[in-house]
Amino acid sequence: MKVLVAVKRVVDYNVKVRVKADNSGVDLANVKMSMNPFCEIAVEEAVRLKEKGVATEIVVVSVGPTTAQEQLRTALALGADRAILVESAEDLTSLAVAKLLKAVVDKEQPQLVILGKQAIDSDNNQTGQMLAALSGYGQGTFASKVEISGDSVAVTREIDGGAQTVSLKLPAIVTTDLRLNEPRYASLPNIMKAKKKPLEVLTPDALGVSTASTNKTVKVEAPAARSAGIKVKSVAELVEKLKNEAKVI
Amino acid sequence: MTILVIAEHDNKVLAPATLNTVAAAAKIGGDIHVLVAGHGAGAVAEAAAKIAGVSKVLNADNAAYAHQLPENVAPLVAELGKGYSHILAAATSNGKNILPRVAAALDVDQISEIISVESADTFKRPIYAGNAIATVQSNAAVKVITVRATGFDPVAATGGSAAVEAVAAAHDAGISSFVGEELAKSDRPELTAAKIVVSGGRGMQNGDNFKHLYALADKLGAAVGASRAAVDAGFVPNDMQVGQTGKIVAPQLYIAVGISGAIQHLAGMKDSKVIVAINKDEEAPIFQVADYGLVADLFEAIPELEKLV
Repeated sequence: MKVLVAVKRVVDYNVKVRVKADNSGVDLANVKMSMNPFCEIAVEEAVRLKEKGVATEIVVVSVGPTTAQEQLRTALALGADRAILVESAEDLTSLAVAKLLKAVVDKEQPQLVILGKQAIDSDNNQTGQMLAALSGYGQGTFASKVEISGDSVAVTREIDGGAQTVSLKLPAIVTTDLRLNEPRYASLPNIMKAKKKPLEVLTPDALGVSTASTNKTVKVEAPAARSAGIKVKSVAELVEKLKNEAKVI
Repeated sequence: MTILVIAEHDNKVLAPATLNTVAAAAKIGGDIHVLVAGHGAGAVAEAAAKIAGVSKVLNADNAAYAHQLPENVAPLVAELGKGYSHILAAATSNGKNILPRVAAALDVDQISEIISVESADTFKRPIYAGNAIATVQSNAAVKVITVRATGFDPVAATGGSAAVEAVAAAHDAGISSFVGEELAKSDRPELTAAKIVVSGGRGMQNGDNFKHLYALADKLGAAVGASRAAVDAGFVPNDMQVGQTGKIVAPQLYIAVGISGAIQHLAGMKDSKVIVAINKDEEAPIFQVADYGLVADLFEAIPELEKLV
């Protein structure tokens, strides 16, 4: 079974981002970039499926700038077999990315596509669901467990009240939640080997996909700051403040 | 301009998040219709008809919609939604699961988790875990939007008298099925709707120690949450997680106990009205957002707090 994994290059999760002075976006100059944490979990899940003998080939795809090749090389070092970069310097919306991924799905015909549930930059949580809609596939979003059996996949999902399990006919889309697995680190020999694995570069034009958008970001601002309050000395003082000053209990 | 709001429910009860979503619709302005897609959810449709400001309720009753499977519900919403100016759903796990599928079917971009309505086509939403706020404008014929409940005060659950209309449309894609679910049972208020939330972090040391928080919460009528660190360590189940990737809460009072205050956690609670932090590490970042900080051993402070409130 062929598994396609989509990954995104984003600002590293340890970086505290700052809004640009002209309110056009956040300042990403000289900021550390990494693979989106949820995408790391997606790569790990695919590698585990291959180790179990369920997956036979892992293709990793990213939509983004030339530099996203770094994240694709990371995925190759973690165990993906080959990579595809759909190169675009533009800031694409989730729908545009989903359309590009749909074109890659048409080309590659995977049985399973695994994506992170959301990217930690735009926090959209849309792409996997949109790709499922465009492909006409079932979707197991926010997955905490994935089990393939025959021509279907059982996905346990993290939902508001607890957990839910659905069964999807293959091919299907899975999006990962935090507790699906703990991603491994790439070993040095594997990082060296990854440099020799194939990486194909495509363009939206070559895939025949329009990336036009119905959304426009007007401005980006810093959130209202919350200032530190006071330190109380005892539990009794805390209770007194909550009752008489804040009046919340 | 007519707005379609997707009701959040479990076939029995209308979830409170629907009232916040209707509030966002009211801010946009125009007629508000509510769609109840479910199975045997007549009581939910009746409850939706009583929501203040709702002029019509569409009740799509079909076995295929019983478990909110997006493969079946999204085509229904897309079919009905074509005639509307906006489609709104709460940014719950159902809303997040279904609505992007609707947007793709309608070939429009979605706007996720809005926290304010600037005008009928312009909205604010947090990005980068709430470290920046984007103002986004949509020129889509149908604007597809999820609503962060904490951004909007709920409308009244009563006072309306909308007509309930049955919708015959049945969509069963036949590519997915519901297997089962395990829902946490609790007598405490729901996290996202509670007026007071008591949350524990890694400082709780183990799951058993959460009993101290439960005791305090029961005295205050509060819900109990947790940081990602506490969930990852296996102290408590994932549905208690407050943060960027967990639940977003904004209660009147948030008491953070043994929580250091990682960015991801702050993203889920920093809009709370009053924040209390109890931590023995006085350098913990949580104190930078807390209105009242207490540097103390939580195992001494929490029992004492429980006695005094």
